[in-house]
Amino acid sequence: MLAMDKKLWRELWAMRSQALAIAMVIGSGVAIFIMSLSALDSLYETRERYYRSHHFGQVFSSLKRAPLAVIKHIEEIPGVDKIETRVISYVTLDIENFDEPVSAHLLSLPGSGSGSGLLNQIYLRDGRLIESGRDNEIIVAEKFAQAHGLKPGAKLAAIINGRRKILTVVGQALSPEYIYQIAPGAIFPDHRRYGILWMARKPLASAYDMDGGFNHITLTLAKNSNEQDVIDHLDEILKPYGGVGAIARKDQLSNRFLSEELKQLKTMATVFPIIFFGVAAFLLNVVVSRLISLQREQIAVLKAFGYSNSEVAWHYIKLVLMIVSVGVIAGIGTGIWMGNALSNLYTEFFSFPYMIYVLKPQVIVAAAVMSMVVAIVGTLYSVQRAVKLPPAQGMRPEQPTLYHRMLIERLGLQHWFAQPVRMIIRHIERRPVKALLTIIGISLACSIIMVSGFQKGAIDYMIEVQYGISQREDLIAIYTEPAPQRSLYSLRNIQGVEHVEGFRIVPARLQFEHRSYRTTINGIQPQSHLLHLLDTKLNKIEIPPQGVVLTDYLAKQLQIKPGELLDVEILEGNRPTVQVPMVGTAKQYLGSNAYMQVEALNQLLKEGNAISGARLKVDNRYQQQIYTDLKNMPRIAGVVEQRSSIRAFYDTMAQTILYFTGISTLLGAVIAFGVIYNSMRIALSERSRELASLRVLGFRRTEVAYILLGELALLTLIAIPIGWVFGYGLSFYMALQFDSDLYRVPLKLNLNIYASAALVIIVSSLISSAMIWRNLSHLDMVAVLKTKE
Amino acid sequence: MLQDTPTDKNPTSNDAVFRVRGLTKSYQMGEVQVDALRGIDLDLHRGEFTVLLGASGSGKSTLLNILGGLDTPTTGSVYYREHDITHANEAELTEYRRDHVGFVFQFYNLIPSLTALENVAVVTEIAKSPMKPEEALALVGLQNRMHHFPAQLSGGEQQRIAIARAIAKKPEVLLCDEPTGALDSKTGIVVLEALQRINQELGTTTAVITHNAGIAQMANRVVHLADGLISRIYTNESLVSPDQLSW
Ligand SMILES: Nc1ncnc2c1ncn2[C@@H]1O[C@H](COP(=O)(O)OP(=O)(O)OP(=O)(O)O)[C@@H](O)[C@H]1O
Ligand SMILES: [Mg+2]
Repeated sequence: MLAMDKKLWRELWAMRSQALAIAMVIGSGVAIFIMSLSALDSLYETRERYYRSHHFGQVFSSLKRAPLAVIKHIEEIPGVDKIETRVISYVTLDIENFDEPVSAHLLSLPGSGSGSGLLNQIYLRDGRLIESGRDNEIIVAEKFAQAHGLKPGAKLAAIINGRRKILTVVGQALSPEYIYQIAPGAIFPDHRRYGILWMARKPLASAYDMDGGFNHITLTLAKNSNEQDVIDHLDEILKPYGGVGAIARKDQLSNRFLSEELKQLKTMATVFPIIFFGVAAFLLNVVVSRLISLQREQIAVLKAFGYSNSEVAWHYIKLVLMIVSVGVIAGIGTGIWMGNALSNLYTEFFSFPYMIYVLKPQVIVAAAVMSMVVAIVGTLYSVQRAVKLPPAQGMRPEQPTLYHRMLIERLGLQHWFAQPVRMIIRHIERRPVKALLTIIGISLACSIIMVSGFQKGAIDYMIEVQYGISQREDLIAIYTEPAPQRSLYSLRNIQGVEHVEGFRIVPARLQFEHRSYRTTINGIQPQSHLLHLLDTKLNKIEIPPQGVVLTDYLAKQLQIKPGELLDVEILEGNRPTVQVPMVGTAKQYLGSNAYMQVEALNQLLKEGNAISGARLKVDNRYQQQIYTDLKNMPRIAGVVEQRSSIRAFYDTMAQTILYFTGISTLLGAVIAFGVIYNSMRIALSERSRELASLRVLGFRRTEVAYILLGELALLTLIAIPIGWVFGYGLSFYMALQFDSDLYRVPLKLNLNIYASAALVIIVSSLISSAMIWRNLSHLDMVAVLKTKE
Repeated sequence: MLQDTPTDKNPTSNDAVFRVRGLTKSYQMGEVQVDALRGIDLDLHRGEFTVLLGASGSGKSTLLNILGGLDTPTTGSVYYREHDITHANEAELTEYRRDHVGFVFQFYNLIPSLTALENVAVVTEIAKSPMKPEEALALVGLQNRMHHFPAQLSGGEQQRIAIARAIAKKPEVLLCDEPTGALDSKTGIVVLEALQRINQELGTTTAVITHNAGIAQMANRVVHLADGLISRIYTNESLVSPDQLSW
């Protein structure tokens, strides 16, 4: 080995703990980058393959009923490739040992109809397919089966078009259509109370009078076809059959949720590594410039003996690259491991049949190159400056720093401070930029820790507003089809039901100028007790007798202001298109909806006084009986109970949230430790003479430590509030990135988020201090005073 | 004042390894200007062993540093053979130092993270036809200290390693800034013998700064500096070998 390389290794070894602290910061950035990008690629790839291999549709439409003969017309639409028609119904289930209401979508098994294709194929996980002629056999979605322990052979009862039917489970399956499974109107998955079932088409069709017909259609498109043209054509054809308007794959619910998740992952893959690499660049900068200033003379000697500027510069850059390499290698390993874990977590959370872990080489290369570039950029300046120095000058000791009178002294406040405190403040004032950067580094650590807390806090708040303040019912009963107002009597008569309010829901396309959005219009009772629309201060607002209230996010997307006329195309019945004044907005974190008074809505529909379901307030003591009664009402297709769904959601999310909280807290701690420990080591190295002199003069170790650590303690205390501000900003940015029509993430940071971020920072600095304390005991008074500086 | 001009005593000035003309060097220290060199004219000849004497602050180190391409003069010219090193760029100066010059510094300037042997190797590894590092260390009598780090060596031992480092590449010019400053007479003689051997065996042009006037007896020529100017130059008719020097 060359002597220069030996020098490199020995010096690296001598500064190993600092190097390790920096490598950890770099490694964290690399790890989180690789974790999120590989998980992202894995999800994309898995989704893509799953969609392709199971022929996931590209256009979907439901309708009331159309005869199979219509397919001929649809086949003629230019651009249509494969067609699959289906019968789908929404049913309530009766499951042994589970008293709460369970609803499900019951689908005709793909391929059993007379459609030309075989789209949305299921992935059979367990058991077998349905044998022909077996009318009572079903295949159930895996998640639902797991939630209820439904093994092949298990039986359950379904209320199919008012008739109770015993069904036998023969298999468990997954479907590309239901990677994210949520009940209509719900926002969180609840696999105990909502499921997907498949049965043979014939019995299902006959139960709903769909023999020779269908109520749902899926298409795939030929290459180079225009999706919107196909949708328009399809809508035209299905209009007379009660088509509610076709949607493209990107709007398909399960796919949309998945896409939103991927979007969040992408944000994470950019924001976090930027912070880490920034901090790493700063750390390398301070450590390397300190190292170089200690080696001024050595650099001069090397140059005197004929080493060129670039050779000397390369020597230090090699040192930097070695530190970075340790970080990168560790980061890649950790990143792959975490990426795998995260992908598996997603496989669990979403219903994927498998997960293909994709690690693109370019992701690894990008991580490595970025780290190297950042490190070199961070150190190049000090390396260059050192190398530029003529050797004769480099061999002379550096000019002593010019002392300035402290700001505090100039203000005449010095008498307020004890001598050690003055030493601390003077030292900070002497190196203001470094102090500032140290503060920024610690603040960033604090902010990263806050982001994890923010996600959980946001979900809590979202749910509190939606289900604590806005929706106040205990149960929602959904009718099989619209029924007159008086149908509410039978609900009111159930024992234990305290209050009932009917509501009407119709699918509609809202349009303002050229912007349009497909959603549902909710007709609600005036002075509703069970559904409060809220203003920004979460006070209840009333819907005027005429006009429509929009979710604030939707109004913003449509760029419509109160008083302006909204074009409403009802996608049901005789599909009137009308203009309705927009009269206000309601603050909502979940969904993008429109609200009208139920009567006004019915007037638009020209349908008389119909409702689609009811919200119920019930006496808890009668809950079980109420479920049973509701189940037995033929008119009721399903019952939704949000509170237990939320609980279920928390159970599934707990793991994911824990994972992310754990990771970001750890990462924040790494940054905090990296910054604080390195700052302390450098302060120690810069001041070891001074401190050793104080020791010679009789100062105790604690007193010396006070001067050294007091500075960092002060900087840390300044950094924490700034970190809170950063954390707020970062959370704000993340929240903004996560916003979509599906949900908006509120920015709610409660006190314990601030507190725990501060705590992690303080603990990190205590650990650093403990390590420095050990170094202080090795402060060699004789050696320090002997060497010249 | 006796002023030595090249034409006076050295008619064959084309064997001059260094030709220094009108050399000045000033340092700006805030308000004050320090004139370290105030007009030096000097030739150093091939294979010559020159001793520079002068009071502290007289500009000896400054002159040596400029000769070695470590520093640039304020005015004047310095030629190394036919190369004008006052106008050389950074890369040319580097090549010059790398291929032609060996230094011994006033403050040893060893690399603390390298052993004695490695401190020498750092230079031999980039030299064209160096001796072995072990050989160089043997020349200064440190063959059994090869694997010690500078911190484990006495000041005098460190100085000898610095000398081994300077001679190891068999340079054409050897510039030594107080090579024996920290040594007792016995080791001082070992070092001077090493310098003389290099000078005689390889024909290395050697310039040595010292405060020890006795050492001047072993030099071909002695240059006295005072206040940034050459105050006296003389040539020794007969040379005294190092072990005979009056210390
Ligand atoms: N980089 C510098 N900046 C300012 N002044 C300098 C610098 N280098 C040298 N000087 C000044 O130039 C003068 C000559 O310095 P030089 O080091 O050449 O003296 P010297 O003869 O080697 O003295 P000594 O015997 O003490 O080593 C001194 O007054 C010194 O203070
Ligand atoms: Mg000197």
